[in-house]
Amino acid sequence: MEMIGKLAQRDERVVFVGSDLGAGVLAAMRAASPERFFMEGVSEQAIIGIAAGMAMDGFIPYVNTIATFLTRRCYEQLAVDVCMHGLPVRLIASGGGAVYAPLGPTHMAFDDFALLRALPGMTIVAPCDAPEMARLMEASLDLAGPLYVRIAKGGDPVVSRAELPFTIGRAILLEEPGDVLFVGTGVMTTRALAARELLAARGIDVGMLHAHTVAPLDVKAIRDAARDVRLVVTVEEHFRNGGLGSAVVEAFADAGVAMPVLRCGFPPAYSYAFGSQDHVLTKNGLDPAGLARAVEDILAARTVPA
Amino acid sequence: MNGASVLDARSIALRGRIVDALEGGRRGHVGASLSLVEILRVLYDDVLRVRPAEPSWPDRDRFILSKGHGCLTLYAVLADAGFFPVDELARQCTPDALLGGHPDTHVPGVEAATGALGHGLALGVGMALAARMRGRPARTFVVMGDGEIDEGSVWEAALSAAKHNLSHLAAIIDYNKLQSYGPVSDVLPLEPLADKWRAFGFAVREVDGHDVAALRATFAALPFEDGKPNLIVAHTIKGRGIPFAEGDPLWHHKASVDAETVARLRGALAVAAHA
Repeated sequence: MEMIGKLAQRDERVVFVGSDLGAGVLAAMRAASPERFFMEGVSEQAIIGIAAGMAMDGFIPYVNTIATFLTRRCYEQLAVDVCMHGLPVRLIASGGGAVYAPLGPTHMAFDDFALLRALPGMTIVAPCDAPEMARLMEASLDLAGPLYVRIAKGGDPVVSRAELPFTIGRAILLEEPGDVLFVGTGVMTTRALAARELLAARGIDVGMLHAHTVAPLDVKAIRDAARDVRLVVTVEEHFRNGGLGSAVVEAFADAGVAMPVLRCGFPPAYSYAFGSQDHVLTKNGLDPAGLARAVEDILAARTVPA
Repeated sequence: MNGASVLDARSIALRGRIVDALEGGRRGHVGASLSLVEILRVLYDDVLRVRPAEPSWPDRDRFILSKGHGCLTLYAVLADAGFFPVDELARQCTPDALLGGHPDTHVPGVEAATGALGHGLALGVGMALAARMRGRPARTFVVMGDGEIDEGSVWEAALSAAKHNLSHLAAIIDYNKLQSYGPVSDVLPLEPLADKWRAFGFAVREVDGHDVAALRATFAALPFEDGKPNLIVAHTIKGRGIPFAEGDPLWHHKASVDAETVARLRGALAVAAHA
């Protein structure tokens, strides 16, 4: 979030629009550029419209609130006001996936990718850690159309690598493919990397492609990385349906490529497990051990041609 | 202030343009467009600082037809002002036409795509804030329908407009008192309408929405109060100018307008012109 203030210092087009969230958030920006700092009420529909109206006059509004409210509550505003006009509104979504597990399903965004993938022109990015988030924010300034950013909890282990170039829309190959290829997004890339270590210890070679950009999907990178693997495993903190896994399956189907794909994500149910993000991930087999087990099981079941 | 003032030749001629568009596309929101004619006519003739030859002129006043289904009137007025050729009207809603059943920004002079209700006021708040940030003299005008303001998003935007003291923003309600299904008073009552907006922090005036001189005087009085956004309740008649359509919810939208109906509409306007 502090990055928004830094961008605002550098670029007069940058405006912040909040929705009664985060006491004291961006205090420095508010002090430095009060005329471009708008903390509005609990009124997501109006906020998206207001941001769109500003963007129509050449501003780049960064809008922040909780992921579920920034997607479900104002979906028509996102479609009509933002996407139909192709405006550079930046949706900075707090608490994607299971980050707000203790708060229950009203606050958990398991459907944000699915909802936003249906909007023409919407770019969807889920960075895996803070340094990658910073690289994304740098790149966000010059993206032409709308952008949705699912920010992580904060304090996540750093697995992104500064030497690998970050470009919106380009997946990053973190580990060369083996028999299997993980395609992950957001902080699930971190879990998948850990699962990869567990599988390597058991003699299964797994590559890791980090698809931080869910839409538009980097189909070429995925097809290239999957060329010689037996199995692609998508890993996301999202419903199995409608998100990254669905996008990957569609990409193979559209290309006429027969590729077994295991989609790891949440089942179609509202989660009342509470606890923590890790608790909810583990309960749904999305922790490193669970992911490794799923890969072993599917390979052992010989549903995948050797 | 019942909206029954006499229509002059220009108002009748603009209605003729609306019938041209209706004839071309064989469809349209007739009643919802006819209540708007004088509001848009006065805005484009006397109020808005716009340049038809330069629709993106940065200092222009912004106009949003939030009740996008009233677009037949917007098209007639924009064509009349020279934003695009008048003969586009007759192609309305035909395959690959410039003009569709709701306005969009492919049409020169249209600031925002509307049609889904309850979006325009928030867009207008954003535009007004943008003008303030840029230090531009531009004003923002938003026309909403009465049924439209059932949408909660309108009231969210109203709160922000008052918070930011947007005296260079004016919202106009086309209060024809008839929404799609029936009378506003039956479907979802709005009264006391003016007081609601006052309570939301707006400076409010009411006007006969078909009285050209009264509309001119009302717009000329903007801003009504320092530091407050403006709200004009324009009392209108749905279907105004076509006696057999006036006040009839069945004329809110017509999905198949045949040649006989077009002839009846033209006949009614001819009678009005000679009255």
